[in-house]
Amino acid sequence: MDELVYNIAFYIFAAITIASAIGVVTKPNLVHSSLLLALCFIGISGLYVLLQADFLAAVQILVYSGAVAILIVLGIMLTQRSSMEDTNQNSGWRRGTALICGCFLVVVLIVIATTPWHYSSALVAQDTPSVIAQLLLTDYMVAFEVAAVLLLGAMIGAIALAKGGKEE
Amino acid sequence: MIGLIHYLTVAAVLFVIGVYGILTKRNIVAILMCIELMLNAVNINLVAFSRFMQPDVLTGQAFVVFTITVAAAEVAVGLALVFRVYHDHDTVHIDKLNRMRW
Amino acid sequence: MFTQYAVHHAWFIPLLPAVAFVVIGFFLRRTPVLSAIVAICMSMISFTLALGIGYGVVAQHITVEQPFVERIPWVDIAGLSINMGVYLDPMAAMMLVVVTLVSLLVQIYSIGYMQGDDGFGRFFAYLSLFAAAMLGLIIAVNFVQLFVFWELVGLCSYLLIGYYFHKVSAREAAKKAFMTTRIGDFGLLIGILMLQILFGTVDFAQLTSTVPEYVKEYGTGMLTVVALLIFAGPLAKSGQFPLHVWLPDAMEGPTPVSALIHAATMVVAGVYLVARAFFLYSVLPDVMLTVAWIGGFTACFAATIALTQRDLKRILAYSTVSQLGYMMLALGVGSVTASMFHLMTHAFFKALLFLSAGAVIHGLHNKNDIFEMGGLRHKMPVTFVATAIGVLSISGIPPFSGFFSKDDILLAVSQVSTPLYVIAVVTAFMTAFYMSRMLIVVFFGPENPENSPHEAPVTMMIPLVVLSILSIIGGYIPYAYHFGEWVRFGVATHEGLNFNIALLSTLLSIVAMLLAWLVYGSGKVSPDLLSARFAWLYKLSYHKYYIDELYLWLNHTFVDGLGKVLYWVDINIVDGIVNGLASMMYRLGDELRHWQTGYLQQYGLVLFGAILIMVAYLVLSAPVFVTALWGGAY
Repeated sequence: MDELVYNIAFYIFAAITIASAIGVVTKPNLVHSSLLLALCFIGISGLYVLLQADFLAAVQILVYSGAVAILIVLGIMLTQRSSMEDTNQNSGWRRGTALICGCFLVVVLIVIATTPWHYSSALVAQDTPSVIAQLLLTDYMVAFEVAAVLLLGAMIGAIALAKGGKEE
Repeated sequence: MIGLIHYLTVAAVLFVIGVYGILTKRNIVAILMCIELMLNAVNINLVAFSRFMQPDVLTGQAFVVFTITVAAAEVAVGLALVFRVYHDHDTVHIDKLNRMRW
Repeated sequence: MFTQYAVHHAWFIPLLPAVAFVVIGFFLRRTPVLSAIVAICMSMISFTLALGIGYGVVAQHITVEQPFVERIPWVDIAGLSINMGVYLDPMAAMMLVVVTLVSLLVQIYSIGYMQGDDGFGRFFAYLSLFAAAMLGLIIAVNFVQLFVFWELVGLCSYLLIGYYFHKVSAREAAKKAFMTTRIGDFGLLIGILMLQILFGTVDFAQLTSTVPEYVKEYGTGMLTVVALLIFAGPLAKSGQFPLHVWLPDAMEGPTPVSALIHAATMVVAGVYLVARAFFLYSVLPDVMLTVAWIGGFTACFAATIALTQRDLKRILAYSTVSQLGYMMLALGVGSVTASMFHLMTHAFFKALLFLSAGAVIHGLHNKNDIFEMGGLRHKMPVTFVATAIGVLSISGIPPFSGFFSKDDILLAVSQVSTPLYVIAVVTAFMTAFYMSRMLIVVFFGPENPENSPHEAPVTMMIPLVVLSILSIIGGYIPYAYHFGEWVRFGVATHEGLNFNIALLSTLLSIVAMLLAWLVYGSGKVSPDLLSARFAWLYKLSYHKYYIDELYLWLNHTFVDGLGKVLYWVDINIVDGIVNGLASMMYRLGDELRHWQTGYLQQYGLVLFGAILIMVAYLVLSAPVFVTALWGGAY
């Protein structure tokens, strides 16, 4: 029974994710694309839950669909003029690109299918935030600090860029 | 039985959709959106590997924290750049931004 | 004792004139007196040494079978060793005496002839260089040394023909001489190389013993080719048909040059080469036949042209070609003795004739056409007597020198081939005729009022006198003193004169001279009428059978044609390839630049496609995937 629910949930979330991703790249209306992107993020968050990464699921919704998606909508609003229709056109090379991407997908699937994966039989960690926090603050301390510096740099850079560098 | 392969497949499909979008879309913001798609596909991969290969040591998830961080920073800077470009050229249509030609 | 010294130091003979060349050429060109003194002193010492060698050869019994040979190594590398040295036998001794003597006399003559000329010093330098080269050729010990000096005399001929270099005709004649003899030299060189390959040596003494055994073992096929190639050299240098065309034009040089080089010494280098290489020719009957017929034909051919020429030196030039033909004919029928004998007497009387012609030209202030001269025997008696002696000698009237040598040749020819004998006799008849014609027209008849001739100065008369004496006695004395026992190849053939042949030839010569008198002297038969009756014969003869025009046409058509073809190849194919490559690169670039569209997505697409291909290749070739995909054992 658990297994059945699990499988159904997986397929639902996978479908949501992939369908909205396809929508992002095919819909001509830019606002539609951005909203579908947000939906995609939510789908991915569901997948994280199924993978027992609860902390990450929360972070995903908070950061991605809560901040990144809104930022993108903000960017759209600030860079469009008139009607929102037909602002997200597709190029003339759709078919060729689709072909190449299809081939790439096939190759990757072959790799996935034929690699002999070694599954571990250890138990899943239950308290994910504390384990992640322990990792972050002990083993990957440097990366943690660097990420902090990166965020600071990104903030300053974004402000500087958006303001217009030499106009003072 | 949903296994590693399924999650990897989902991630692969998402990634390919993201690539298709980058190579096809005409709007810079749309391209940024597709970049986010690709990053998310990578994140799914990482979490799936962590869950199935080393479930007790959550290295993959820690990595994902960092990826999310970087992605967020990148969106911010990227949009700042888009604003700059829009300010200077009054368009975000990529066909019109082709000064790197012969 | 002196002869002993001379024989062992024979290499002085070419060395001294070479020293004279260097000294005059570098230091004494501006002082004519000193350059003449140096040149003549060296020539005299060389002549004395040559005389010493002449005596030494007789006294020490140096014969053709046992020559005196001295070698020093010149090139000595693995697989090739060539020497330089001295090779003395009676033939070489005779040639040394003749060449040094004529060279000395010509240099004395040149003091008077070239007086006042700007290039006096240069002239004597070239004359000395020529003497050194010719003498080095005579004593050559192998084919390579001979070839070196052969080329050197060719160079001197070029320099001396083109002595009056401000005249276009002289420059052209010099070029023509050099290029024509070059053709022969090429064949000669290939022949020498083949000899080296076949025998491993080009030494005369060694080859004399090796060649007969080679012929017994391998036959004559290859050697015929070699001999014919070697004969190409004498063909050009000694003016045989068809490479005789340079000799008449070589008369552009000063008359002493014509006397020395193109009558007495250089042109006989070819005859000397064949005689030296007779060990090769005597075992090849086909080649001998070819040589004989070429010689005979040349003799007759040149004589027919000389019949109608008007230029004094041209007549003598064609006469030289004809007499060289006689010498080749004698070699071809196997008589080295007769050929060398005629070479010696010819050197004397031809040099005499040329020097007297020079006296005439000098006396009339550079006039050449004989029909503008006339009656000169009153004002130039010494020259007249000298010329007359020369004419009588060349016509073969006894007891002058030419009689003995020519009859030796006729005897040798009659024993081998009757058609050639007939040709030789007819040529002798024509020789007598045209030489008498020249004598009569120049010295007899009415005087031309435009001319104011004066007799030659003393320096020009001394050589004339000496050569006249030699032309008179130079035949009987060798004949009486067994020339045929010393200068020979193989068994000595000293049979004496055949009375019938001698009588026939003498009678014919006298008839020819009377005929000449009839036409040109007394005027009973008009020459113009004759030339009108036989118009086309006259035309052919006067225009030298149009051979020069033929060669010019051949040159234009084939050489220039080849040049045009190669030019087309160069412009279109060679340059075409280079320019084509360049323009292809240009067009390629022009096409490829359209790929730089500036569209980032296109760049990204191409990049992604490349990554796809690489990954696909890696996937499809890795063992894991191969077993998974295609199954089976990998």
